[in-house]
Amino acid sequence: MTDAGRHPKIKLHTLSEVKEVKGQVGDFTARILKQARYVDESACTACGECAKACPVVRPDEFNLGLSSRKAIYSPFPQAVPSAYVINADECLGHNPSICAKCVDACDKKCINFHMSDEEIYEKVGSIVVATGLSPYDPTEHDEYGYTRFENVLTSLEFERLINAGGPTQGEVLRPTDRKHPKSVGFIQCVGSRSAHKGKEYCSNICCMNTIKSTLMLKEHYPDVDVKVFYIDIRAFGKGFEDLYRRSRRLGVQYIRGLPGSVSETGDRSLSVSVENTMAGKLETHELDMLVLAVGLLPDPGTQRLQEMLGLQLTPDGFYLEAHPKLQPVDAATRGVFFAGCAESPKDIKESVTQASAAAARAIRLMHKGEIAAEPITSMVIEENCKACGKCAEVCPYNAITVDVKKKIPAMVNTAACAGCGTCAAECPFGAIVMNHFTDEQILSQVDALLAENPREKVLAFACNWCSYAGADYAGVSRLQYPPNVRLIRTMCSGRVDEDHIWEGFRKGAPVVLVSGCHIGDCHYIDANHWTEKRVARVWKKMEKLGIRPERLQLEWISAAEGVRFAEVMRSMEKLRQEVTAEEVERTMEILNTKKQ
Amino acid sequence: MSLQSKTSSPGEDVESIPKIGVFVCHCGANIGKVVDCPKVAEAALGLPGVVVSKDIGYACSEPGQQEIKDLIEEYGLERVVVASCSPRLHEPTFRQMLQSAGLNPFLLEMANLREQCSWVHMSEPDAATEKAMDLVKMSVSRARLLWPLVEEVHPLTKRTLVIGGGVAGIQAALDLAENGYEVVLVERKPSIGGTMAQLDKTFPTMDCSI
Ligand SMILES: Cc1cc2nc3c(=O)[nH]c(=O)nc-3n(C[C@H](O)[C@H](O)[C@H](O)COP(=O)(O)OP(=O)(O)OC[C@H]3O[C@@H](n4cnc5c(N)ncnc54)[C@H](O)[C@@H]3O)c2cc1C
Ligand code: SF4
Ligand code: SF4
Ligand code: SF4
Repeated sequence: MTDAGRHPKIKLHTLSEVKEVKGQVGDFTARILKQARYVDESACTACGECAKACPVVRPDEFNLGLSSRKAIYSPFPQAVPSAYVINADECLGHNPSICAKCVDACDKKCINFHMSDEEIYEKVGSIVVATGLSPYDPTEHDEYGYTRFENVLTSLEFERLINAGGPTQGEVLRPTDRKHPKSVGFIQCVGSRSAHKGKEYCSNICCMNTIKSTLMLKEHYPDVDVKVFYIDIRAFGKGFEDLYRRSRRLGVQYIRGLPGSVSETGDRSLSVSVENTMAGKLETHELDMLVLAVGLLPDPGTQRLQEMLGLQLTPDGFYLEAHPKLQPVDAATRGVFFAGCAESPKDIKESVTQASAAAARAIRLMHKGEIAAEPITSMVIEENCKACGKCAEVCPYNAITVDVKKKIPAMVNTAACAGCGTCAAECPFGAIVMNHFTDEQILSQVDALLAENPREKVLAFACNWCSYAGADYAGVSRLQYPPNVRLIRTMCSGRVDEDHIWEGFRKGAPVVLVSGCHIGDCHYIDANHWTEKRVARVWKKMEKLGIRPERLQLEWISAAEGVRFAEVMRSMEKLRQEVTAEEVERTMEILNTKKQ
Repeated sequence: MSLQSKTSSPGEDVESIPKIGVFVCHCGANIGKVVDCPKVAEAALGLPGVVVSKDIGYACSEPGQQEIKDLIEEYGLERVVVASCSPRLHEPTFRQMLQSAGLNPFLLEMANLREQCSWVHMSEPDAATEKAMDLVKMSVSRARLLWPLVEEVHPLTKRTLVIGGGVAGIQAALDLAENGYEVVLVERKPSIGGTMAQLDKTFPTMDCSI
């Protein structure tokens, strides 16, 4: 922490938030709002004289309200920067007649009420998002009585209580009578692994954190009775099982089953009812103190930042990486990386590992001091563009600007374009050329494969990242499928134009397959949504024209689904066999007379 | 990239078809055992634009690449079709080969005869050979219409914004800074440290967190 605070290459802005980010990889500009601290950061020696003078007493948020602080305070003893800070909302005011006691108390004269919030602009080439976690608020778990019973604490509150630097100097005391509890219970999975309350995922750290707490309790108070209520204990990491064993050896009782209700007894102890699923019976446990092992949620500001940077989130609300195995710290947006709990709940070791990985990925991107833009990008043929705005609407990267009102033709920002080709497929006026995957190039492949015996063949479009990779995986696994399948590779299924499909049927293809990444897995954010819409459009038109829509199939196949790829190929072949020569003839006639 | 490159693009009147070379790789026995590679190479010779077509033991090997480069020079090839393994594997290899032979790397086209042919139709050599010929034909048609692309190079600011000053943000900032990169570390609270600063002992080492 202190290393980061004094490193000459690190510029630290505390009390600051990023409000806006403009530009793209290599050339971002961030607008940062820095709140006034009212204390000169470089002059303050953290002597604390000011706080002694301050008459305002408030709950200390660092200790989760288990202790108090003044309106001018140090966040915690080891804080970086170490300077004091004034909470302006709590401060009585600087008009001397009201207060300003701190100003007089400070010898170094570092308190300055005229400081104001600052707007700072920073230019950077890459961004690491490490916004971390926020602990689950167990209020909605009313059965555990967190808001009703004072001796029910969250795991983070317990952390402060047992912390040598905490409000009780590390003595574990019951909030109600400040006595050492003789028995302590822990309830696991609070806010995790539930379809009803909190989240469905496992929060990853709370089992181990509880095991740690039981060890600390037993170390401080060998006689204390400790019970843990759990679904199952997840101790999968290096050295974890060992701690779990140690905890049990010290006599900590692990009781399988989550309590159904908690009530308070006369001396403000807690009576916990639980179905012990190991013993198969209902039990009641009397405990002096109860700790809720709360789950980890993403930081509440996550969505704002996600929108600002054009990132994606998982259904759980954490940031979505570009690829779960091969690019676990990259965002799909080039130049943005993830580290720590912002990406998913994890412990310190994993957070640090991921942070180093993110730094290495950022360095790999930046070290040349220049950046080669993706050459496979789209370009606009100005003469053909009618400024309808469709391309800008569909581009997942906001890489196209077009002024619909003033009829200013579309322009592609090649630095931002990722090359999915969706714009080229959606432009109603053929005004966009997708480099390396032009209409002519793709149509030439369709024509070549259907030049001879078209009725014998299966025409399949596959996206580079998922379905084509899935086909490769089928190969690597030596999965056998019918040999009449011919794949045409595009970068994204979003590139497959209606015309490419029609050309297939026009040239005698009995069946056509469009395939890509599963919805939500698209390598180009959500370009495959447009694939889905487009194929649905073609189905409708086929129906109108009297062509069986079943002859066009849409399948999502991931890079790992070799088995599924082979299955889909077999079912395409089955479909093909059901298409008669007459049917193909008729389709060709329809399409050749009525040029789509 | 640039609009000028469009001039060499397809379309209306392609007076001069570019000179294309086709190289059919055996991949040892991986492709050669199932697909009749010499036959595929021979068939390709009849396709418009193809001026040389050969089968090769291992196209990706040093001698294999040298042979292709020599033929590029000998025939003045303008497009290259390599029929071998998946482009997801060796496209970068062969693009580099084109570059070192003085050709734009985007004038390469690959036909996938291994992952998507010989390996998945192992007991049907005739059908696999026929498919291979089709795949090569498709690649040659596409190759004819390829045009060179240039990678635009933009300047880059060697500086990183780290959002969030918890243990993850601090570690990322320090790694970057120690490597000589400037870092802007933004933290919403009055101090960095994040959740970890609130912990005393931490698992699995049970030692102090800060
Ligand atoms: C009760 C509890 C006990 C734990 N015990 C252990 C343990 O014993 N061992 C272990 O390995 N792990 C433990 N963990 C997990 C550990 O705390 C996390 O792995 C670690 O803190 C994650 O670090 P982080 O940097 O990703 O996030 P955080 O520590 O949450 O830091 C994120 C920082 O980013 C700041 N921030 C967020 N959004 C913004 C924004 N928009 N702009 C600017 N700043 C922002 C926040 O203010 C915060 O300072 C425990 C967690 C809890 C809750
Ligand atoms: S002005 Fe008074 S209330 Fe405000 S910080 Fe100073 S001493 Fe405290
Ligand atoms: S780590 Fe343990 S307590 Fe936390 S959610 Fe997962 S199983 Fe439940
Ligand atoms: S839609 Fe795809 S190809 Fe078109 S500009 Fe956007 S990223 Fe580029």
